[in-house]
Amino acid sequence: MLSGRRLFTVALTLSAGVACSNDLENSYIFDGRSNRKILFRSQFIEFDQLIEFGMAMKVGIVVVLLAVASICEAVAIFHPISESHRSAALELFSPVAGSFSSLEEAYEALRTFEVLGIEKKPDIKDHTCNSVVDALSSMSSNSRDLYHALRVNGLLKCKTSKEALTGIISRLKDAVKDSTSLLDYYHAIGGLLLIKDQSSEVDVLLENADGILRSIKALSQSDGRWRYSSNNPESSTYAAGLAFETLSGVIQLAASAIDENLIGTLKKDIVKLFDSIEKYDDGSYYFDDKHIDVSGHQGPLSATAAVVRGLTTFASTSESLNIPEDKILGLARFFLGIGVPGNSKDLYYQIDSLSHLENNRVSVPLVLSLPATVLSLTSKDKLKVKVSTVLGSIAPPLSVKLMQVFSSGSKDASVLKQELHFDPKEAIHMLDALPEGVDIGKYVFAFEIVLSDPEDKRKFATGGRTKVPVHVTGVVKVDDAKVAVLEGDIVESEKKLDLPGKNDLALSANHLQKLHLSFLLTTPFGKPFKPHQALLKLRHETGVEHIFVVENSGRHFEITLDFLGLVEKFFYLSGQYDIELTVGDAVMENSFLQPLGSIELDLPKAPEKATQPPPQAVNPYLRYGPKAEIAHIFRAPEKRPPQEVSFAFLGLVLVPFLAFLVGLLRLGVNLKNFPTSTIPATFAILFHGGIAAVLLLYVLFWLKLDLFTTLKTLGLIGTFLMFVGHRTLSHLASASAKLKSA
Amino acid sequence: MVKPATTKDDAHALFHSLRSAYSATPTNLKIIDLYVVFAVFTALIQVAYMAIVGSFPFNSFLSGVLSCVGTAVLAVCLRIQVNKENKEFKDLPPERAFADFVLCNLVLHLVIMNFLG
Repeated sequence: MLSGRRLFTVALTLSAGVACSNDLENSYIFDGRSNRKILFRSQFIEFDQLIEFGMAMKVGIVVVLLAVASICEAVAIFHPISESHRSAALELFSPVAGSFSSLEEAYEALRTFEVLGIEKKPDIKDHTCNSVVDALSSMSSNSRDLYHALRVNGLLKCKTSKEALTGIISRLKDAVKDSTSLLDYYHAIGGLLLIKDQSSEVDVLLENADGILRSIKALSQSDGRWRYSSNNPESSTYAAGLAFETLSGVIQLAASAIDENLIGTLKKDIVKLFDSIEKYDDGSYYFDDKHIDVSGHQGPLSATAAVVRGLTTFASTSESLNIPEDKILGLARFFLGIGVPGNSKDLYYQIDSLSHLENNRVSVPLVLSLPATVLSLTSKDKLKVKVSTVLGSIAPPLSVKLMQVFSSGSKDASVLKQELHFDPKEAIHMLDALPEGVDIGKYVFAFEIVLSDPEDKRKFATGGRTKVPVHVTGVVKVDDAKVAVLEGDIVESEKKLDLPGKNDLALSANHLQKLHLSFLLTTPFGKPFKPHQALLKLRHETGVEHIFVVENSGRHFEITLDFLGLVEKFFYLSGQYDIELTVGDAVMENSFLQPLGSIELDLPKAPEKATQPPPQAVNPYLRYGPKAEIAHIFRAPEKRPPQEVSFAFLGLVLVPFLAFLVGLLRLGVNLKNFPTSTIPATFAILFHGGIAAVLLLYVLFWLKLDLFTTLKTLGLIGTFLMFVGHRTLSHLASASAKLKSA
Repeated sequence: MVKPATTKDDAHALFHSLRSAYSATPTNLKIIDLYVVFAVFTALIQVAYMAIVGSFPFNSFLSGVLSCVGTAVLAVCLRIQVNKENKEFKDLPPERAFADFVLCNLVLHLVIMNFLG
């Protein structure tokens, strides 16, 4: 719907403004580069409506958020490498049992320590040197192991023999000839380059440098990424970084000069790779690999680190690489913006990349940071700015100018061009006094770095204008505070308050009267100030609370509670109400939450249908405290009869059995039919014996056996019994048949 | 003068005729009848015990009573099959019926022993 769309775009800009400005009032933001003025105006009520609108359009909110991200440019601070990085390195790279688990990890740890200036322990050196010498002398090491061992050797300078190195050189040269994948080339070329740096009189130069360059270049793709091998279609930015490092190595190891056109195409490839660079809001640039590649590396950190390594090594071999300096600065900001990483690999990537950026030949990024972004007017804090390289080293001679101060809350953005004065002892640029008109509040200070030596402009990247958020705090004066009870418009009783000090009022009012509270808030510069919170709370003796917002007009804050209208809100509860006033803001140094005393309210009785006050929360300590102990009542055993009764009945039960036996005798039972001849007799005896055995088994089953053994034994006896019984009974049957026929 | 036939005299006469008829049954059937009576009496005594002391444990009571009742039932079946005057089971040798009786009793008592607890 058309109106729906219009509402949607309005919602978009409103929400963008609200999200960007962190403040619910009028604010301007000037975007220096494009001279765009984006006006955001929003008020409390509109924000509520916006939220409801957003809730209704679920898809819309997602788009709104995305648009917000693209419209506003957040300001951020980047700090160079500091002591916290050093202590993190010591913690993360602690070797297990005196040695590192692999030469790759050893290299990462040692390189990080070297860049950060941390001393290596001698026992670690010995252990690692042993592994290095082992790896270098072993015949089964492939070019990857040799590469890592040589890297560590370069840092530790272990004692290696010349013969070992010469042997390795020939193996690596063969590896270069036989290489098919990017990683093979990377390890072999890297190894040869390291040997060249570590020992002087060796011949590591490559004959067919042009050919090698072409075969590596064949793995490149049109979008700037590189593939790992010709038969693997996976490509990644990480591989591109490795490729550039390898290519620069080949150029350095070339025996004869390389075709200039080839180098020119490689430079174009780097520039093409930089087309795929991505950006965060705070001005950091990074590369990202969308999918996990062959070596398992993923994420922007490893990809960006690889590209930075490749770029800086390639730039060191050839002049005039055309990368814009804001991208280099953006890459530096990306690495600094991580802060202190949590695991060793990330820390290595960060420190290694920053050390490459520190000394690169394209442009060295300079970082502007503020040691303190909260300045207090009361303690007359001076604005201090530090400019250094990414590793914290001293920058070339330059001057820092404060160009503009943007404030949220007033319409002007003053254009200043004030130069900060440099203190060489602390290497800090200072502003002795804050610019005129900087009252308490949130500001964005825009600085510009101007290099003293014009030659440095090509070497260093300063980044134009750097915007930094600054909070200026101060003491807010609370004046002329008074509270009054009004009858109609006539003041009945008025008391002066001492804010923010202690007060103890004892007022009383009935439902026909009003309570009026007023005070003035002034900033240190005498301007009106609207705090984030100005709340009046009335709490009944039963615990029911009511909170009211104190409205203002300019400097004057006042609130009138008309009890006639509030009777229902107060649930008709009469009695003593404690009064509390809260005035607070982030930039107000003397925010307070003061109990002012109490007021005795006399409200009419509640009608029958009135709403009940909400139940008060149970004291959390009681609610979650221990409950009454339950004594477990075990199941009472059933009442059993006395033993005499049981025995009596046992005897009684046997009586019918005896009667049965007596009856049998009376009937004249005889064993005449019992077979007399031996074999049938034994079978008959066995038959009866078998039945007796089964009955005995049942008794045992009842007494102690379990069902399974019983069934097993029963099976055995049963088969026996069946056989025997069959013989006996068939013998008897034939005997009686003979008798019948006879 | 002929005395009018009272119910008491009729009962006596019935009883006497039953007795004389019963004594004509073969001995083996009488043995089986005796066995049935024995089993039933045992069951009755168990029920009386339960009535006095309560039904805990109920499974034992059930197994006791059911063993008596079950064996009585099986004895009745045996009597039916063994009775020569019963034309239905003319071709069934009595030894076969006895073998069935023994087998069924053994199975019944296994179950009873299991349930006795």
